Amino acid sequence: MKPLTSIAEWVEQAEAQNCGLHEVALQVEAQVSGQSREAIVAQFQQRLAIMRDSVSRGLATRQGRSLSGMTGGDAQRLAAWLEGRAPASGPILSRAMLYAIAVGEVNAAMGCIVAAPTAGSSGVLPGVLFSLQEGLGLSEMTVLQGLITAGAVGVVIGWRAMLSGAEGGCQAEVGAAAAMAAAAAVELQGGSPRQSAHALAITLKNMLGLVCDPVAGLVEVPCILRNASGAAQALLAADLALAGVESVIPPDEAIDAMGQVGRLLDVRFKETAQGGIAASPTGRRLAAQLRSEWDE
Amino acid sequence: MSDARPASLFDIIGPVMVGPSSSHTAGAVRLGQIARAILGTQPDRVLIELHGSFALTGKGHGTDRAVVAGLLGFSTADDRIRDSLALARQAGMEVRFATCDLGPGAHPNALRMTLEAGATQCSMTGASVGGGLVLITTVDEYEVDFSGTYHTLLIVSQDRPGTINAVTNWLAAHQINVAFLSVGRKERGGDSIMLIETDDPVPAAVTEGLATFPWVRWVRYIPRITDA
Repeated sequence: MKPLTSIAEWVEQAEAQNCGLHEVALQVEAQVSGQSREAIVAQFQQRLAIMRDSVSRGLATRQGRSLSGMTGGDAQRLAAWLEGRAPASGPILSRAMLYAIAVGEVNAAMGCIVAAPTAGSSGVLPGVLFSLQEGLGLSEMTVLQGLITAGAVGVVIGWRAMLSGAEGGCQAEVGAAAAMAAAAAVELQGGSPRQSAHALAITLKNMLGLVCDPVAGLVEVPCILRNASGAAQALLAADLALAGVESVIPPDEAIDAMGQVGRLLDVRFKETAQGGIAASPTGRRLAAQLRSEWDE
Repeated sequence: MSDARPASLFDIIGPVMVGPSSSHTAGAVRLGQIARAILGTQPDRVLIELHGSFALTGKGHGTDRAVVAGLLGFSTADDRIRDSLALARQAGMEVRFATCDLGPGAHPNALRMTLEAGATQCSMTGASVGGGLVLITTVDEYEVDFSGTYHTLLIVSQDRPGTINAVTNWLAAHQINVAFLSVGRKERGGDSIMLIETDDPVPAAVTEGLATFPWVRWVRYIPRITDA
């Protein structure tokens, strides 16, 4: 038994069994790992709880600045502004951004998070899952199922393409996280496996080519706000897919295309802090300033 | 997430870790944990030399705090990582940092550590290779190659016939299955190092038994790294 490596096969299996994507993902995980379903679900419950904690910590306490001092406080800024407002981005999407930033700030300040799929992209899934849960009143089990589906999307992307900024740019971190979240968002809103597949394809296509260009090589700028953007992309694609919009390019081919772009990306756009935002005059100035502080 | 292909859903939704970076923070904690296991106890004194990207961006990623947290025995998800430098001082651990150049062949996220506890000493070179995974490349003057994803035994002994047989028989007698075994040495007839990775944990009594073989100089046991 091998892990899931094709979205098309996965959707077929779910349709054949007339079940959700999460159910097939659970069956495969049980066979690959030799663990019982109960044990797997229990571990997911634990990780979901840690994700929830990381959101509340980012919102409730003064998480403080990051080690570099470049970031911190934006989650609280946004939360205060949202208070009693009807933002143009809508109640669910604005909360998704808020939670994604909160987790990104906790991560940058050396707090505990769940990498999903990486530490740098760890805000996207909590943003999407918890904003939908709150906004639609979803049960804990429904959210858990979404998390399982998201994980399996990540497995497929890892097999067919890659899941690290150093290998494939930000499209392989926040892009992948957003694709994972999009499939989950469809499932927890009652969409079909096929609609989940199209949501993830649409998301990946819309984030194709995103480079990894962290200022001073740190997981802060532009990473934290990109988590908010990834969460937003996931919700937009989920709405499109739920409406019946389909990606002309099938999901597996969209993933393969992401992999190809990732391999072709210049090394300056793969976490080396040599290009993009990192190489902007302000990016370079901040990096030089930090380096001289560290050398002291 | 590492470059390796994910096998499990928990490779994607995980690890649970203190940020900001799986390679610069979580991997650095693991390097500290492994160095502590090789020394066999908590060090009194340690010199941590950072190479490449570890040297350039380590401070901003908290790599320094992460390595020291590992030396204190903290897990990658321990909230005390951020305060590990102060906690090490309180615990009486003297920590020094330096940068170093391990050469063009070295991984960008590499470091060398020299540890002391009383009269015991050891050194280790290792790298954080992505997704929180690590690779240890030297222990003392010996070249090694292990990741801590198995239970690992390091045995330095006199280089003479029959040693491998004796060690594997001893392990077999205690129902321990060897997954990988490699042997290296500095020079013929000098000391040799045996690196054994096992599927099953090795009980202390079995490790202590190995140490009593007359030709064994020392034995170190590094339990498999597990996520919080």
